Amino acid sequence: MSLTVTNLSKQYGQQLAVDNISFSVQQGEIVGFLGPNGAGKSTTMKMATSYLPPTSGSITINGLNVVEQPMAVKRIIGYLPEHNPLYLEMYVHEYLQFVASVYGLTKKETVKRVGEMIELCGLTKEQNKRIESLSKGYRQRVGLAQALIHNPQVLILDEPTSGLDPNQILEIRKLIKQISEQKTVILSTHIMQEVQALCDRVIVIHQGKIVADDLLKNLLTGKKEQVVLVVEWDGAAPLSAIESINGVEKVEMDKHLCRITTQRSDEVRAAIFRLSTDRNQALLSFKVEENTLEDIFRSLTITSAAV
Amino acid sequence: MIHVFKKEFNGFLHSLIAYLVIGIFLTAMGLLIWVFPETSVLDYGYADLDTLFSMAPYVFTFLIPAITMKSFAEERKLGTLELLLTKPLTDWDIVLGKFFAAFALVVVALLPTFIYYFSIVKLGNPVGNIDTAAVVGSYVGLLFLAAIFCAIGIFTSTLSNNQIVAFLLAAFFSFLMYTGFDSLSSFAGSQALLVKQFGILYHYESLGKGLIDTRDIIYSLSTAGLLLLFTKVVLGSRLW
Repeated sequence: MSLTVTNLSKQYGQQLAVDNISFSVQQGEIVGFLGPNGAGKSTTMKMATSYLPPTSGSITINGLNVVEQPMAVKRIIGYLPEHNPLYLEMYVHEYLQFVASVYGLTKKETVKRVGEMIELCGLTKEQNKRIESLSKGYRQRVGLAQALIHNPQVLILDEPTSGLDPNQILEIRKLIKQISEQKTVILSTHIMQEVQALCDRVIVIHQGKIVADDLLKNLLTGKKEQVVLVVEWDGAAPLSAIESINGVEKVEMDKHLCRITTQRSDEVRAAIFRLSTDRNQALLSFKVEENTLEDIFRSLTITSAAV
Repeated sequence: MIHVFKKEFNGFLHSLIAYLVIGIFLTAMGLLIWVFPETSVLDYGYADLDTLFSMAPYVFTFLIPAITMKSFAEERKLGTLELLLTKPLTDWDIVLGKFFAAFALVVVALLPTFIYYFSIVKLGNPVGNIDTAAVVGSYVGLLFLAAIFCAIGIFTSTLSNNQIVAFLLAAFFSFLMYTGFDSLSSFAGSQALLVKQFGILYHYESLGKGLIDTRDIIYSLSTAGLLLLFTKVVLGSRLW
C-alpha cells in the first residue's frame, strides 16, 4: 500500500475544495488524476506533499502519516508543483546540486545523481545555462529532474506537460514512462490523450468528489454497449423509417448528419444498409463513434454538475 | 540550514545585489568619512571613527531591507516557496538560512571598513592614538544592529508577496526600532529610560563606548530571535 488517502477533505473558507475522498495507489502503478480546472486535483496533491494540511481525513505514504511525519514523507516523495516553479537565476547544474544536497545526498552521490539526471532528462546541452534562458520544455525537464534526483519511491506530478508543444509533450511522456517502472506515480492532467498514453488507472475528480476510479481499460469499455452511429444520406434522411428500426433509441439530426444512438449496433447497422438499398438512397458516409475518454470525462463531469 | 544559506548567498552574488550593496555602502561611507567636509575625519581633527558608526545605521536602514525584501516575498510570488517547503527542510532551516545569508552579506560589506580604522591609526598624532576599545565595541554594536535589521527585513518579507511592500515595512520598522523609542522617550516622563531601552540606539551607544555589556548582548539577540520566531510563525501559518 504505497499511498493511501482516507476520507480526505479540505475546506478553504466557505468553499469545500476536496470533499471526503478516499483512494489508494500501489507501487508500480501510474495513476492519472483527471478533472476540470478547480476540481481539487492540485489541492489533493498539495496535501499529499504536506504543503497544505487536510481539514479532515488522512494521507499515508508507505505507512507514514503525512501530517505526523512530514520530514520522513518529504524524503521519499518527488514533487513537481503546478506551474513548475524554479529559481530562474540559478544554473541548471547548480540548482540540481542544491536540491540534491537538501535531500542529504553526499557530495559523491550528488555529482553522480546530477550527472545521471542531466542525461536522463536530456539536459546535457543545457546544463551550463541559467534556468531563465531555457525554453519551457527544458524548464519542465529541469523540474522533473529535481523531482527525481533523490530517486523517490513516490512521484507526484502536477500537470507535468502543461504548456508544452506536441513534440515536447511526447518527450516528457516518454521520460515519465521510462522512470516510473519501479515507482508509484500520480500525475494530474486535463489532457485525455495523456492519460491514455501513460496511465494504468484513472481517478476522475469533480467538484472535490471522486466520480470515477477505475482501470483505464474498464473505463473505456464500461459504456461500450451504447454506440452512436453517424450516417450521411444522399438527400434527406428518412427519419421515420430509421426510428422504426428495432433497437434504435434516439435519432438526431446534426446538420446533414444523422446521429443514431443504439445499444444493438450490429443489428441496427445491418438494418440501415438494408434501408438504404430498399429506398435506393445512397449512404455517403457511415461511421461508428468510439466511446472516447473525452466523452466519458464529459459525461462524468457534466452530469454530476447537474446533480 | 547550510544548504539554504549557501543557495541564498550565491543568489546575492549571482544577481548583482551583493556588489550593489557593498559598492553603495562603501561609496557612501567613504565619501562621508574622507571627502565631505561636514563629516570628514580629516577636517574634524580627532582620530576616531564616529562618523562611520553614526552614519552606518542610517545607510543600513535602506540597504538591509533591500537585501532582505525578496527573501520570502519573491519565493512566494514565483511559487518556489512551495518547492522549498516540500523538501525535507524544517521551517527553521529556511528562516535561519535566509537570515544568516543576509547577515553574512552585511558583514562582508563591513569588512573593508577595517581599512579606515588602520588609516586612522596611522594618521593619528602620535601614531596609534585611537580608542581601540570604543571601535571594537562599536563594531560589535553595528553587527548586532545589522542582525536586528536583517531579522526585521526577513520578517516583513513574509508578510506580503510584494517586494516593495516588504521593503517599505522593513525600512520603516528598522528606523522605528533604531531611533523611534529614543524619540518617544521624551514623552514618557519618569519612564523615559525604560522606553529608551526598548530601542536599538540606547544599546548601540552603550556598546559604542567600548563596554560590551551582557544586557546589550541579550537585548540584541533576543530582539533578533523574537523577530525570527515571528517569521517562522508566519511561515507556519499555512498549516492553520
